[in-house]
Amino acid sequence: MKPAPFDYYAPTTVAEAVEKLAELGYAGKVLAGGQSLIPAMNFRMARPGALVDLGKIKELAYIKPQADGSVAIGTMTRDTAVEEDEFIRKNFPIVAETVSYIAHKQIRNRGSFGGAIAHADPAAQIPALAVLLDAKLKVLSTDGERWEDAVDFIIGPFMTTLEPQELLAEVVIPPLPANCGCSYQQVSRQKGGYAQAAAIAKVVMDGDKVKDAQVVLFSVGETPIRTEQPNKVLAGMVPSTELIESVAEYVGANECDPGTDLHGTEEYRRNLVKVLVRRALLDAIERAKK
Amino acid sequence: MAEKNVQKSLKRNEDPRLLVGKTTFIDDIDLPGMLHVAIKRSDYSHGRIVKLDVEEARKLPGVVAIYTAEDLGDYWRPGPLQVPPPTAIKGSVFHARPLECIAKNKVRFSGEPVAVVVAESRYIAEDALDHIILDVETLDYVGDLEKAIEPGAALIHEDLDSNLAADVVQEVGSWEKAVAEADLVVKRRLEVNRVAGGAMENRGFVAQWDENLQVLNCWATTQGPIPMRNSIANYLGLMENQVRLMNPAIGGGFGPKIMSSQIDDVVIPWIAIKLKRPVKWFEDRRENFLGTTSERDQVHYAEIALKKDGTILGVKDVMYHNTGAYNPYGMTVPLNTQTHTVSNYRVPNFFTEIKMVFTNQMVVTPVRGAGRSQGVFVMERLLDAAAKELGMDVVEIRRKNILSPEEFPLRTGVIGQDFVEGVLDNGNYPAALEKTVETIGYEKFKSEIQPKLRAEGKNVGIGICMFTEGTAVGPYEGAKVMVGVTGKVTVFTAYSNQGQGHYTTFAQVAADQLGVNVKDINVVIGDTGQWQWGVGAFASRGMTLVGTAIHNASLKVRQKALGLASKVLNTPEDELEMQDGVVRVADMPEKFVTLGELAQRSNPTRGTVEEGMEPGLEAASYYGPPHGATGYGCLGMIISVDAETAKPKIERLVMTDDCGTPVNPMIVDGQLHGGLQMGIGEAFYENLVYDDYGQLLSASFMDYLFPQASDMPDKFEINHMVTPSPLNPLGIKGVGEAGVIATPACFMQALEDALNIKGMEIVESSISPSKLYHYMEKAKSA
Ligand SMILES: Cc1cc2nc3c(=O)[nH]c(=O)nc-3n(C[C@H](O)[C@H](O)[C@H](O)COP(=O)(O)OP(=O)(O)OC[C@H]3O[C@@H](n4cnc5c(N)ncnc54)[C@H](O)[C@@H]3O)c2cc1C
Repeated sequence: MKPAPFDYYAPTTVAEAVEKLAELGYAGKVLAGGQSLIPAMNFRMARPGALVDLGKIKELAYIKPQADGSVAIGTMTRDTAVEEDEFIRKNFPIVAETVSYIAHKQIRNRGSFGGAIAHADPAAQIPALAVLLDAKLKVLSTDGERWEDAVDFIIGPFMTTLEPQELLAEVVIPPLPANCGCSYQQVSRQKGGYAQAAAIAKVVMDGDKVKDAQVVLFSVGETPIRTEQPNKVLAGMVPSTELIESVAEYVGANECDPGTDLHGTEEYRRNLVKVLVRRALLDAIERAKK
Repeated sequence: MAEKNVQKSLKRNEDPRLLVGKTTFIDDIDLPGMLHVAIKRSDYSHGRIVKLDVEEARKLPGVVAIYTAEDLGDYWRPGPLQVPPPTAIKGSVFHARPLECIAKNKVRFSGEPVAVVVAESRYIAEDALDHIILDVETLDYVGDLEKAIEPGAALIHEDLDSNLAADVVQEVGSWEKAVAEADLVVKRRLEVNRVAGGAMENRGFVAQWDENLQVLNCWATTQGPIPMRNSIANYLGLMENQVRLMNPAIGGGFGPKIMSSQIDDVVIPWIAIKLKRPVKWFEDRRENFLGTTSERDQVHYAEIALKKDGTILGVKDVMYHNTGAYNPYGMTVPLNTQTHTVSNYRVPNFFTEIKMVFTNQMVVTPVRGAGRSQGVFVMERLLDAAAKELGMDVVEIRRKNILSPEEFPLRTGVIGQDFVEGVLDNGNYPAALEKTVETIGYEKFKSEIQPKLRAEGKNVGIGICMFTEGTAVGPYEGAKVMVGVTGKVTVFTAYSNQGQGHYTTFAQVAADQLGVNVKDINVVIGDTGQWQWGVGAFASRGMTLVGTAIHNASLKVRQKALGLASKVLNTPEDELEMQDGVVRVADMPEKFVTLGELAQRSNPTRGTVEEGMEPGLEAASYYGPPHGATGYGCLGMIISVDAETAKPKIERLVMTDDCGTPVNPMIVDGQLHGGLQMGIGEAFYENLVYDDYGQLLSASFMDYLFPQASDMPDKFEINHMVTPSPLNPLGIKGVGEAGVIATPACFMQALEDALNIKGMEIVESSISPSKLYHYMEKAKSA
């Protein structure tokens, strides 16, 4: 479990980093927290010719509240920093809560917020969160910057629209509306383990009625899945337990694609989706009413 | 009388060093000019080698040498068997197929070594692996235990008629008679899964040949330094004392590290001699999964014959035991299953058959629990099934059949891994059962708590299971105890310590006889240069066998010291006492001689030698028991289940255990906690899974789920019982495996009780939430 030979660069500015990436082209690979890339290299499943380590670039690690109520998170902000940030805990509690489910503390101390999105692991929390919260991503290269919605950025398992010479620099999460409640639900074999199925819900209430109900699933398909049925059925309705149950049933049966793996059959995991969607909706509605 | 150390929870002598990282594990060894090894392993589970091309790899800068089976020439030979065939059992059939250090002509499991790369660094050695070309003409993969021995199955060892590796039948009384007299016969097919030892430290080996002195120094993560040393000497044609094998610190063993005569200890010393440079191989985790032995994996067809009142008349068990591609460790594991199947109960008629089967999988050798878990799983599950059919309470059926103290010593009629008939030495099994039932509040839970919880829609259940733990088997161990001129004591053993606390417990035993502080006793472990005799750390035997040898040797030293002191102090021996490092006159404490001075005098100078004198305030002793000592206990568990997600949670775990005299109760607790954790892992997390082509799917901690501290119940509630074994002077029994043995059975029993679905019976030792979900769905739809 030793990696194949590779070159290593540790720029200290974004400008240097994008230049290095442009020079290296397909041989180059960004190293962020290394919690996914390094194991893959040790298993020799990844064999990059050269690493461009972002770890020494201070200008990529920050949490900045914006005037419009949104928050900008530098890609190299470590998971722990996000999880423990006061502004985020107060204004985006679902972000801190979701991040706390990633692996164990030691890994969150190294793993980066943007790196998780760039990695686009279908079983990862942050990409799903980014999709649910309509996050916008800033991508840099020697050609300048471009912006993309998280939902368009992730195109497949471990696949994004990033080109080899590009760098994900920043994640912007827009403010949550009033009367909004969110809930994170997962089932994993072990504490800190990858989820066998997970659902994150965001519900906006208008009095007794649902105004908007969004549920994103992950770990049950090739990318985070933005479901349609919840909003289709619940928007404008008083969310009875029967309605929610019917939505959950539908999503479990039709809006996810979990395979059978070592730890669970497809049937079991569809059942989990059903249970988790119901729990997430009920909990989010409860929280939205507070 | 001096205060005793045995039975005291003293803090461990070795911990300060371990905690600050001041010890030497095998991978810490770094010698000048050392070369590094990586092993090329087969990706194919079964086939004939048609091409093995290492030429490209040899050209890589930094690669020093590559060896295949061909390159070993006459040095290549299979085996030896590490444990002899079961000839003590009449009519037994055993086809010995010991390991090949490197596969020749044929590969028989995925992960089998085919070549060894030696390079200037481990990085380069691994780079070279990529350039080795292995072409295999594949043969059918044999993985199903039952189909493996059907006619037409591909043959793993083609000189045999079938993949049957062994067939051993033992019968006590007559099963047929039991069936004839029975009101009810309950029959089940039960499966026990495969688990890894999973030591924190993987396996490793370092060899250094001293050309001038003609001595081979080796460091290995072995549980059996002496047998490994002997195997190395034998392979290389060296005298035993030309090979010095050391293992000062090991990061866990759990069974698989008992293996020798494998690629590491066979080939690496040979390379070190050939290249005249030190050579190191250290396994990484992936290689540990692919290249280190593992265990369990049996299928049982088990039957129990009973009277209407629940009295057992007989048990019949036919087991298919997976030995993997070879059977170097003989019949140890399945024989343990045979001896532990009827363990705690009165079973007048018992038929048990082992069908040991070769498969294209990793070789099976003992892992903590080692066959015992399987036997107990079968018996406990049979009792639960019988209780259900009879409408009896699970505790009641156990009460009815449990052995009583008056029946000991009890000859079981079943020959075990030590090739002698099993004898249960002593104990109070009913007391262990009642103590557990009482601690966990079984009656109240059943009559009040559970009905209330069920009414609230909660699924909470209880389990109670018994076990025995055959420990402390022969053949023998030995030790030498020596007092130095400083008055401090050294205890010499070539045993192996993987974390059991021997540096402390062995010292406690010696301290009690010699009247010295436990901290002043230096225990030497794992150095064949300092002690030459012994067998190894397995079957929970260290404390009993080495401990007894140390006790006996210390007694001899005590006698020597008293004899000498009597002369020096001019006082009869029976008026002397040994305490605080001195021998003194009992009622005149100011009249004394130190042990250090006595040690000095035991090394006579010119003109003081007496006829028949033996120098040294030291003595050696050996201990080989007639048969093993049997520990036992009872487990109680309360489990709640989220029926929607099929996720269980252990709410309470009570264990009552009797391991005779606990030399250090704190260390005993540690063994029980670790064992329980491993048992929970086995029942709910761990699983070595092969695909349809014999590839191990769970070959990393991504997929092989290891139980974490955060997966454990809040606490383990432990009750100790102490029934000293009559077999040895200190009354010790082993305890290393106790925690693991009954855990899967108890877990399944409690799960079934929690879910309370008619007809739902768990017939395997390992369950995941997904599997449980399907059990529930199937039972509900039936
Ligand atoms: C034991 C363990 C358990 C884990 N459990 C979980 C879990 O439960 N849930 C979970 O979500 N994750 C889990 N992880 C993964 C961890 O969270 C990852 O670290 C994270 O997903 C990736 O972030 P990173 O900063 O470590 O990225 P790296 O490993 O450094 O990089 C990952 C990939 O993203 C690319 N990349 C990273 N940053 C950028 C960037 N700014 N621009 C362009 N490309 C970039 C890299 O080139 C690489 O291909 C676990 C990891 C371990 C070791």
